[in-house]
Amino acid sequence: MLPREYRTISSISGPLMMVEKTQDVMYDELVEITLSNGDKRRGRVLEIESDRALVQVFEGTTGIENDDTKVRFLGKVLTLPVSRDMLGRVFNGRGEPIDGGAQLIAEQNLDINGMPMNPFSRDYPSEFIQTGISTIDGLNPMVRGQKLPIFSASGLPHNRMAAQIARQATVISGHEDFAVVFAAMGITFEEASFFMEDFRRTGALQRTVLYINLADDPAIERISTPRIALTAAEYLAFECNMHVVVILTDLTNYCEALREISAARKEVPGRRGYPGYLYTDLATMYERAGRLKGKSGSITQIPILTMPEDDKTHPIPDLTGYITEGQIILSRSLHRQGIYPPVDVMPSLSRLKDKGIGRDKTREDHADLMNQLFAAYARGKEAKELAVILGEGALSDEDKAFAKFSTVFEDKYVRQGEYENRTIKETLELGWDLLTMIPVKELKRIRDAYIEKYLNPLLKAKAEKGNA
Amino acid sequence: MPDKKEVKGVIERISGSLVVAGGMEGASMQDVVHIGELGLVGEILEVNGDKASIQVYEETSGLMPGEPVVSMGEPLSVELGPGIIEQFYDGIQRPLELIEKAAKSPYISRGISVPALDREKKWDFTPKVKVGDDVIAGDILGTVQETVVVEHRIMVPYGIKGKVSKIEKGEHTVEEVIAVIDDNGTMHEVKMLQRWPVRKSRPVKTRLAPNVPMTTGQRVVDAFFPVALGGTACVPGPFGSGKTVIQHQFAKWAQAQIVVYVGCGERGNEMTDVLLEFPELDDPQTGQPLMKRTTLIANTSNMPVAAREASVYTAITLAEYYRDMGYSVALMADSTSRWAEALREMSGRLEEMPGEEGYPAYLGTRLASFYERAGRCIVNGKDGREGSITVIGAVSPPGGDLSEPVTQNTLRVTKVFWGLDANLAYQRHFPAINWLNSYSLYTERLDPYWDEKFDDQWSGLRTEAMGLLEQEAQLNEIVRLVGIDALSRDERMVMETAKSLREDFLHQNAFHEIDTYASMEKQFKMLRTIVSFHHAGLDALHKGAPMNKLFNLPVREQIARMRYLEEKDIAQIDKLEDTIKEQISGIIPVGGDTNAA
Ligand SMILES: Nc1ncnc2c1ncn2[C@@H]1O[C@H](COP(=O)(O)OP(=O)(O)O)[C@@H](O)[C@H]1O
Ligand SMILES: Nc1ncnc2c1ncn2[C@@H]1O[C@H](COP(=O)(O)OP(=O)(O)O)[C@@H](O)[C@H]1O
Ligand SMILES: [Mg+2]
Ligand SMILES: [Mg+2]
Repeated sequence: MLPREYRTISSISGPLMMVEKTQDVMYDELVEITLSNGDKRRGRVLEIESDRALVQVFEGTTGIENDDTKVRFLGKVLTLPVSRDMLGRVFNGRGEPIDGGAQLIAEQNLDINGMPMNPFSRDYPSEFIQTGISTIDGLNPMVRGQKLPIFSASGLPHNRMAAQIARQATVISGHEDFAVVFAAMGITFEEASFFMEDFRRTGALQRTVLYINLADDPAIERISTPRIALTAAEYLAFECNMHVVVILTDLTNYCEALREISAARKEVPGRRGYPGYLYTDLATMYERAGRLKGKSGSITQIPILTMPEDDKTHPIPDLTGYITEGQIILSRSLHRQGIYPPVDVMPSLSRLKDKGIGRDKTREDHADLMNQLFAAYARGKEAKELAVILGEGALSDEDKAFAKFSTVFEDKYVRQGEYENRTIKETLELGWDLLTMIPVKELKRIRDAYIEKYLNPLLKAKAEKGNA
Repeated sequence: MPDKKEVKGVIERISGSLVVAGGMEGASMQDVVHIGELGLVGEILEVNGDKASIQVYEETSGLMPGEPVVSMGEPLSVELGPGIIEQFYDGIQRPLELIEKAAKSPYISRGISVPALDREKKWDFTPKVKVGDDVIAGDILGTVQETVVVEHRIMVPYGIKGKVSKIEKGEHTVEEVIAVIDDNGTMHEVKMLQRWPVRKSRPVKTRLAPNVPMTTGQRVVDAFFPVALGGTACVPGPFGSGKTVIQHQFAKWAQAQIVVYVGCGERGNEMTDVLLEFPELDDPQTGQPLMKRTTLIANTSNMPVAAREASVYTAITLAEYYRDMGYSVALMADSTSRWAEALREMSGRLEEMPGEEGYPAYLGTRLASFYERAGRCIVNGKDGREGSITVIGAVSPPGGDLSEPVTQNTLRVTKVFWGLDANLAYQRHFPAINWLNSYSLYTERLDPYWDEKFDDQWSGLRTEAMGLLEQEAQLNEIVRLVGIDALSRDERMVMETAKSLREDFLHQNAFHEIDTYASMEKQFKMLRTIVSFHHAGLDALHKGAPMNKLFNLPVREQIARMRYLEEKDIAQIDKLEDTIKEQISGIIPVGGDTNAA
């Protein structure tokens, strides 16, 4: 079909414009807009009613005039040229190179919306990834193909933590072909260069593809950025058989752009003005993580979002948590105490942990130990709260032990260096070591056999030391 | 069969999953249509003059005004017949395995048309009626062994009665005629393949009271907040509180003959999990893999949103079909909120007047009529068979706030409320069912059943245990204000027992090979033992036993480990009663006895 050109813009509203007297326009079709000064912009068809098409302009509508602007319908949906040569390159939020390098020679052109993975064709993710961070590996283990977001808030070190994960993530069974796809949506130049610098310094840059939409880039472009990144990731994972980690940051900026479009369309707003389809919209991105039967590659997603007002029930973290396979939540209070990484252990969760750990994967005692650490920390925190009101003296001896445990736990287990890469064995040993602070009969979540095997030797050593 | 009339129109407007077609005079609401050159599947939501508003069950990108829209004049229906069990369908009953084959890709492409039931497969049909027998709708004409555990009963379709004039024993495909019924000269050919419109409930003869339990192997459910066969229940909770795990637990361990599990707008991996796990796990009732009694329906969150709305109807219609055969069917829907949101999205695109939080005003009636399709009943047919559908819906309230419309409308129609609590989940107390605000309206009705089975002790034990937990909550308030030392010795005992109830009974690890399931026998013994210790403990305290010694008796560790006893070893729990007596008498000070006497 020939591209058709119109000069029939009838109205402009926010990022949207209405084009009249159109013919043979497709839903979701890609549009090229040429301004009177020769500037080119792109957009897509959001709605068609007979011979009128509603177009969303990625770069925004400022400067577009009703008569002098040309609109061309390109006869295709937005596609991304992909090839292995994407690795090591930097692109803008629309997928165009911005590193001064050559245009990409496409192996394939892929629809950036992707297609829904058939749940029958999925393979269940179960391969443990060691991130070297105890609060993840020990308590919220991550597996290849998982989507595990970081719920952060302004001023918390989510970027440092994401970079640490990207740097340290390895699979116990050995090294394989891996890649990092990084998509920035509305973050600052400083934040973006932090990541680039870190990738460069560690030599990861050659294995990284970056898509950068900065805070001062057009907001509407952000709607496409994560989809472009995921399209690249799908190609690398399932065509090139690589293990791909996708870092998406910051989803909050993405959702705000979506809200802007929804408002311009005068849609009935849902909670806090976000559109009612925010859940579905986010799901079409998050669900692009995973593994496929018969394919050796994988897509692991680490979306980062900042919770407005530190509120976990805000629609963005809330809907994300309903879709992703767990969440790592950062705590302002731990951060204030100077603890890095400030992982709020209690509400953090990895839903895929159960099939990723245990004998032959991490270690047989991992699940029991993890459950016990959670329970003990919960009880310790509760005891500490009580002590704040009533004083230390009001606690039973047991509760005192738990309270002490929770303090040491935060200091030794949660806290670690930004470049400290703990093996899973070190993390497990650390957990057992901390449990020696608690009376054995309170360790109800652990099988006797494991207490015998892993705890008793530590207790014995401790007793001997005490005697000596 | 309704007259089928084909109506052809053209696309006029496209907005997401809503397409408006013109030139559709003669089309009716709820008719299935094929849209565009690709033949995407959709359903008519609204007819206005010659315009039809259509919800499209597939992604609409690339559609153009002017493309054809064809209505076949038939409402959205499911195919009924052998081959449903062990299947994994999408929201409009297309087998996902066949979609994979047809698409030659792990991604779901569009416009794929695959049959719900295998047309080639031959089933061995065994007649249960003879030529000359009088039959009415619902009578069983014959059976087919669908899986090792499911005998598929081929029934006389609704609206048909008469004399059997032909019945064909032997191997047949679902499209071959297996019987002919002569209704005063009108000959009705009956095939194994029958169809039913999903939005219409299948009729039954009489409804029965829900006074038979459906056990689930989950202690907090069976003992505290039980569900009856044919009952309705909901599990609301914020993300991560355990809705999906408990639904999976029900699908695994519920004492039902058929399980229909619908993953509605939730994660793809959760369905994959079931699909990979169920063929490997054995049903404790039959010893056969769980998959042999299960059918799965998935419209995961990345699949087209309109089909999400259809998926729950597809599921309940399949459930009704097996109920009509005389089976107890359990239907799990995770999550009904996603269905309601799909309804809201379409309503918004239709520019209907929004009600609360943008949901359409008919949300409540839609939810109610869905849950109304549950029930225990005598089904149609002369033999008076009994069948049931128990429906358990997960609800995902935004921010965990139960005051939102989906939760509130659901609570109005369901009889059991298992309230999941984020704080319990954070403490990894699972299932995170809050024992203080959850309820079951079946509890009293089911008590006689269990009291008869367990020497008239069941309801007494439960009431006492619930009372102790209630007291704990009140005592906790005092402790928070003035410390534990303010409590009397009796109150300390209450706190200890309540803690034991929470940690040793209510807490249940779904991922522990033994703890994951507990028979009623085991639940009863566990509960009785914990309460016995409470009584013996109070008595000992009255006789001057030191509290510390009592709370630290070695038998308490055995009590904590009852849950890890295999079903074959649960007789060992009975022996704990003696151990309790023995150990407690060891700490009562000499002369204490006389004190109390
Ligand atoms: N009965 C249980 N036993 C052990 N763990 C559980 C149980 N219920 C829930 N969990 C834990 O909680 C996590 C979240 O549960 P899930 O059912 O997926 O929550 P929801 O569906 O409410 O978001 C699971 O991944 C699992 O780790
Ligand atoms: N029904 C309930 N639902 C939610 N939380 C509860 C409920 N009952 C008690 N709680 C809270 O759960 C906590 C008890 O958990 P846990 O740490 O296991 O207690 P303990 O200190 O006795 O071991 C208390 O803070 C209590 O207020
Ligand atoms: Mg406590
Ligand atoms: Mg869930």
